[in-house]
Amino acid sequence: MSYQPVLTARVGKINPTSLSDYEATGGFQALARAVELGPQAVVEMLREAYLLGRGGAAFPAGIKWKAVREAPPPKYVVANADESEPGTFKDRILMESDPFALVEALIIAAFAVGAERGYIYIRGEYPLAIARVQHAVNACYNVGYLGRDILGSGLHCDLEVRKGAGAYICGEETALFESIEGKRGFPRLKPPFPTEYGLFGRPTVINNVETLLCVPPLILRGPDWFKSIGPEKSPGPKLYCLSGRVRHPGLVEAPMGTTLRTLIYDYGGGVTGSGELGGVLLGGAAGFFVGPEHLDVPLDFDGLRRIDAVLGSGVVMVFDTSVDMKVVLRRIARFFRHESCGKCYPCQLGTQRQYEIVARLAMDRLRPGDLDALREIGQTMRDASICGLGQTASGAILSALDRLGYDEMTGRFARFNGR
Amino acid sequence: MSNAPISVHLDDQIVRVPPGTTVLDAARAAGIRIPTVCYHDHLTANAVCRLCVVEWVGSRTLVPACVAKVQPNARIYTNSERVRTARRVILEMLASAVDLSEAPELQALLAEYGAHPRRFGPDAVRREHGAVKVDNPFYVRDYDKCILCWRCVQVCAEDVQYTFALGFNGRGFDTSIATFFDRPMPETTCVFCGNCVGACPTGALKGKREYEAAPVGTPPTHGASNVVPAVVRSAPGR
Repeated sequence: MSYQPVLTARVGKINPTSLSDYEATGGFQALARAVELGPQAVVEMLREAYLLGRGGAAFPAGIKWKAVREAPPPKYVVANADESEPGTFKDRILMESDPFALVEALIIAAFAVGAERGYIYIRGEYPLAIARVQHAVNACYNVGYLGRDILGSGLHCDLEVRKGAGAYICGEETALFESIEGKRGFPRLKPPFPTEYGLFGRPTVINNVETLLCVPPLILRGPDWFKSIGPEKSPGPKLYCLSGRVRHPGLVEAPMGTTLRTLIYDYGGGVTGSGELGGVLLGGAAGFFVGPEHLDVPLDFDGLRRIDAVLGSGVVMVFDTSVDMKVVLRRIARFFRHESCGKCYPCQLGTQRQYEIVARLAMDRLRPGDLDALREIGQTMRDASICGLGQTASGAILSALDRLGYDEMTGRFARFNGR
Repeated sequence: MSNAPISVHLDDQIVRVPPGTTVLDAARAAGIRIPTVCYHDHLTANAVCRLCVVEWVGSRTLVPACVAKVQPNARIYTNSERVRTARRVILEMLASAVDLSEAPELQALLAEYGAHPRRFGPDAVRREHGAVKVDNPFYVRDYDKCILCWRCVQVCAEDVQYTFALGFNGRGFDTSIATFFDRPMPETTCVFCGNCVGACPTGALKGKREYEAAPVGTPPTHGASNVVPAVVRSAPGR
């Protein structure tokens, strides 16, 4: 583990409320370099580095930036800090411990795409992150990193911190726009995509916090450095949110493509509880379960796609064999029932019916036909829902049934204490 | 952009339509029927019911025909097994949650797709709202029959009347159409134009006189869902 952390280099090392600490550790050098290089070159760097979005969808950030750069003003940049995927806590750590980095990255984004206004949408359950980021924004206004004619460069940029009100759906980018616009957080139909019709109907770059924080080091060290980390098709540093039954849960920064084995046994110090690995939830509630047979799969966007799993937001939630998997699944089903926004029928109705069946599963009271219905509901939500919430609401549950040794005849997860 | 017609493959027939045509309109032009529930010819298409989904070769998910615009040489299947499963399951879930007794078009679709709403069991939670809301002299609101098609909200807003008296309450399964803070209708911006009543396809909204004259559950005598809201019949209950 000779890897030197980049995204979390300042975490725990500097005073997060001190702009001078931030500047003393390389802060705002990337902005200066970006202004030197010019917007076009910055966008090209992202494209060349093949920076994929870290929020879950893994969309190439450079393509978004290029599209918005070429669109007419006014346009916007938005940091999606509504980190609500169960098991995800990476953006929280970054915002609480290195808030100036987010502000700098968003200023660079605004500069690169030609936006003069940006928003940082932080989930309301993160009061410390909100306070730290707001403080960083204020401090940047005070010294001229924000506002009119930044550092004499002729660049204008205003940033505003917005608080979410506790809805998971508002992390979906178009629902997030609706929320900023003061409306109910319903996801919009796509297309049109945000790069064309985003916030206030204008071309918008919206990136996850971790994606944005990849930008300053990328600008300072170049795309070749970025691509030298991790696999070719999914490069760069990655934050893994390691939680569940491991000895040392927490945030791990490692090269993209680190294996599950390395994460659980080297970084995590091994499985607790029974000591025997039962399954791992990758990507959070919206992700998929994988069994111990996948310990050596590289955790990157490309590698996981090949085994029908997702990296998502980097959640690695570990379950040992003493866990009652049926109760875990009921909790996941309840989460989606609670968080469905109610716009489209498949998710609005399907998350309720899915919960009812999984609740019977947890009580060992499944009826004939329940599992068929569960699979059909899952397929319908995945196929016909408007947004990612409904499309992923059945993935964890169905993958657990398919991959963690569930026996339809006996109704038991043999691997999990015979439950 | 050229306005020359483009060719698309719809269920293996080739259809030529102007660019910008929706899949639904292209299908109609070719004589292919795609079922719709929330869609209304004179209202903004929101694609919330997802009954009109079709299989577009190359797309990860199914695609709503009412809003998706045709692309040159697209291959689209409007009635594949995958499409029919999605439609049937949506109908089953809807009918197991909502009172569709006054929605003959939906009942016909349930029969056409062989839907079995009872598969979810007798204890499947229904979306119930208590008593019918009778809070004004003109129309009543029976939200047990509401399928959340959004038509009433739309005609009340930018699609027709610009009164904005109707919005949403709750979320997920518990979403309901409601006035601001659930106020009685006379305390809202409602001007009692009746457009929402005309646009409602399931009898959730009906004229007070009609409601008082016929016991609940009586099939409607008119095809309410096809009434054009802007020229809706005279204000109900006048």
